Amino acid sequence: MPKDSGIGASSKRREDVRFLTGAGNYTDDINIHGQAYVHFLRSDVAHGRIVSIDTAAASAMPGVVRIFTGADFEGVGGLPCGWQVTDRHGQPMAEPGHPVLAQGKVRHVGDPIAAVVADTAEQARDAAEAIGVEIEELPAVVDMKAALAGDAARVHDDLPSNLCYDWGFVEENKAAVDAAFDTAAHVTTLELVNNRLVANPMEPRVAIGDYARATGESTLYTTSQNPHVIRLLMGAFVLGIPEHKLRVVAPDVGGGFGSKIFHYAEEAFCTFAAKAINRPVKWTSSRSEAFMSDAHGRDHVTRIELALDADNNFTAIRTETLANMGAYLSTFAPSVPTWLHGTLMAGNYKTPLIYVNVKAVFTNTVPVDAYRGAGRPEATFQLERVIDKAARELGVDPIALRRQNFVTEFPYQTPVAVVYDTGDYNATMDKLEEIADIAGFAARRAASEAKGKLRGLGVNCYIEACGIAPSNLVGQLGARAGLYDAATVRVNATGSISVMVGAHSHGQGHETAFPQVVAEMLGIDESMIEIVHGDSSKIPFGMGTYGSRSLAVCGSAMVRATEKIINKAKKIAAHLMEASEADIELKGGQFTVAGTDKSVAWGDVTLAAYVPHNYPLEDIEPGLEETAFYDPSNFTYPAGAYACEVEVDPETGKVTVERFSAADDFGNIVNPMIVSGQVHGGLGQGIGQALLENCAYDPETGQLLSASYMDYAMPRADDVPFYAVDHSCATPCTHNPLGVKGCGEAGAIGSPPAVVNAVIDALQSGGKTVAHIDMPVSPSRVWAAMNG
Amino acid sequence: MYNFEFERPGSVAEAVAALASEGAQALGGGQTLIPTLKQRLAAPEKLVSLGGIAEMKGVCVNDDGSVSVGGGTPHAEVARAAAAHYPALAALAGGIGDPAVRNRGTIGGSLANNDPSACYPAAALGSGATIVTDRREIAADDYFQGLFTTALEEGEIITGVRFPVPEAANYQKFVQPASRFALVGVFVAKYADGVRVAVTGASEDGVFRWSEAEAALNQSFTPAALTDLAVDPDGMIGDLHGSKPYRAHLVNVMTRRAVQAAS
Repeated sequence: MPKDSGIGASSKRREDVRFLTGAGNYTDDINIHGQAYVHFLRSDVAHGRIVSIDTAAASAMPGVVRIFTGADFEGVGGLPCGWQVTDRHGQPMAEPGHPVLAQGKVRHVGDPIAAVVADTAEQARDAAEAIGVEIEELPAVVDMKAALAGDAARVHDDLPSNLCYDWGFVEENKAAVDAAFDTAAHVTTLELVNNRLVANPMEPRVAIGDYARATGESTLYTTSQNPHVIRLLMGAFVLGIPEHKLRVVAPDVGGGFGSKIFHYAEEAFCTFAAKAINRPVKWTSSRSEAFMSDAHGRDHVTRIELALDADNNFTAIRTETLANMGAYLSTFAPSVPTWLHGTLMAGNYKTPLIYVNVKAVFTNTVPVDAYRGAGRPEATFQLERVIDKAARELGVDPIALRRQNFVTEFPYQTPVAVVYDTGDYNATMDKLEEIADIAGFAARRAASEAKGKLRGLGVNCYIEACGIAPSNLVGQLGARAGLYDAATVRVNATGSISVMVGAHSHGQGHETAFPQVVAEMLGIDESMIEIVHGDSSKIPFGMGTYGSRSLAVCGSAMVRATEKIINKAKKIAAHLMEASEADIELKGGQFTVAGTDKSVAWGDVTLAAYVPHNYPLEDIEPGLEETAFYDPSNFTYPAGAYACEVEVDPETGKVTVERFSAADDFGNIVNPMIVSGQVHGGLGQGIGQALLENCAYDPETGQLLSASYMDYAMPRADDVPFYAVDHSCATPCTHNPLGVKGCGEAGAIGSPPAVVNAVIDALQSGGKTVAHIDMPVSPSRVWAAMNG
Repeated sequence: MYNFEFERPGSVAEAVAALASEGAQALGGGQTLIPTLKQRLAAPEKLVSLGGIAEMKGVCVNDDGSVSVGGGTPHAEVARAAAAHYPALAALAGGIGDPAVRNRGTIGGSLANNDPSACYPAAALGSGATIVTDRREIAADDYFQGLFTTALEEGEIITGVRFPVPEAANYQKFVQPASRFALVGVFVAKYADGVRVAVTGASEDGVFRWSEAEAALNQSFTPAALTDLAVDPDGMIGDLHGSKPYRAHLVNVMTRRAVQAAS
């Protein structure tokens, strides 16, 4: 019998009432009296030297308040990078400056050159067209291999090359890994591209800067997943505003997928300009601007080798990857191809020796950073593709090969630093075989073939490290911030509760799921609890939402704060009932004295805390409000097994996803409906990456070819099937109080290899052995592979 | 979008007069023009909306059995009103874009724009239709003159299109996955005096008739008649979504499927 409230209940998402009735309050809905509007004049060339900028005519245009260029930001900090990677030789990564507005050079199409602030958005845009910019074009650096050649043009003149870092992991294992390959019975090699993606949240970015001259306070309203991170980065590193004079508000946010983690130039600009002109300054990104200014995702070129012994046991993995950083280092960009990628290369398997080499490369393209999964999809894709290829080469069942190599004993120390605390990969594979009806595949294939279609089945596993992260560990790895989270539980006099959290909800349903946890702990109704998030002036200093961390990290802080509340409330209840604190039990919203019929209600205790007429003031303070910070001792490790069935039209190469099944182990589940929804969304984005999405640059000019939805193919509802998802195989996380692991990214991490494995299987069934097709597996590419 | 003047005449005569002024541009359903304006890629001084001209709207059957479609008729209306009279044309109209596009976009606007990936040019050329304007009638074979280029003169308005109704016809579209315009679309129509095959989406010169296929299908209106035919990849569009050889291949596949569906 499913529960109807508390942990485990599929409570309806309360935030949807305002989202679905148009009553949300997004950043663009905010308008401040007297606000001006900024339009950014952006580079239309990929690489060039700024010879001159003439703003005289534009400045005289109607409504223009002021025009800013890079010169106005001399002496202002550049956009900081939040993670420093150390290379194979112990040297820090190359870290070029990233000015708010271009200084000296433009380095990608979309790089902001000037910013026009005017009374209206149209006037700002009109004036921007009147700015005269002379740019001496330089050769565009686009292809990563070419970028590393000795004669390549340099994206940053002050760096010796376009190499950001050459990272080896684990460097000490390299010789042993090489030796294992020398003695392997079989080696499977695969070269592949993990295609560049544009995040495309439904809501484009918006920023409003506001400055109060009387108090010296700056406020930034922005579309962010983590307002405190933005306050920290922008206040400390860019504009030099102390925390108590800087407020960052991220109200309703229409999706982020990682792209709204980072601190962007437009945020710093609006905050800076509002003070400079003493007027609020608003920027609303157009969709076209989003394509060339939001951080992109993925963009790896990889060669992976898998060594096996004569019994098909994995003995070693060796990878070489080129990772595109784009023109500048976005906030967390260096961590994505390294610590979020190399540490996951063991996957679900007990491969004893692993070596990962990553060269990060600067190019004249939009900066690349975390996108749903961030490094883990790239690790999963190459690993699960090479395993599938190995199974084909060896003529063994791909599921059996995986099972044979599964990690089965926990905790498991991988050879790539991380320790998996718990898991049961055979259980999720068993569940997958059931819900995917793998036994019925042969009949479905026959039915497809009768229609002239090829049918393929692709299976893969995945593991991810979520709940980022233990601060002491990530600090050693180069993070320049702590990654704990925080929650304040404020119980009001009548017993209702406001919970102020550091996590930010922009589609995840925190406003529904978080109260379920508190309600369960206190035995009160969910409707008595409200979540407050997104405003640095209201919430404790938590680090926001990304990396499937909200419930595992911030939720744990909320649990700890609620435990403090319960402890104090029991003291008050003991006083009211003249009983020993040790005898007080809390159940169903009632405090009772064990073994008696004496009880006081939750509301009686909360009222006593705020009207302390009969209260042990000598022992405890009045009031009922507690804060907790939680820093996890390990990552969490969601894992699972996915299966995809495709039909391929052999005449056109068109792939249709007929079935998709996902068996996930997310540990304990708070709201199964929301978890299913998160998986559905992730699968849509993973299938999108596998079949449709492709952010492409012209290799010669550096022009963005897929700069609108006319050429960038987003998955639509009819591109995906009805999913079969299951998360009943739960091995609770061993080190956080809820036993939760996180579910936000799994779908996007686990699905691309299943899709591609299925396409390869379909082609094989049609008599065409194809080793690999790069994503997106478009009809054109499938046809070319079949006829190549 | 830059500022412009706006007129919404109630008759073709008034529209012609309004379009006579310098810098004036006709606005059909706006499915191409409005996004272009929003991106500031066009700056007409005056937009003359054809949306208020009742005489340019609707579908009717003429005495000779041909079907006439008013130039201002939206795709959704063609899909509905032509279904009983010219099912292949109605199906093509019903497959353009999405419901919002089909309820705003018009046949006249599509043919005047002549996007190389649009569907309607294939129907008009494949049917041997007559483009009727405010001043003359133009055979489809003379009307399409390359990418975004037509026989229309400055200020000339497509008031209607007259389609002879074939014995059998079908349109097959293979969609470009992002825009869902035709990556390759083929309209096949079998008339008493011969088969016509019009291909959109594929060629660097816009919609074209595949004459070799027409000749083969005149001999035998079967998919098998096309087995050994191929269009030359040179001259096909090659882009992110499909190479030249792939598009050339799809022309054959879509033509065979259209013949199969029509016969």
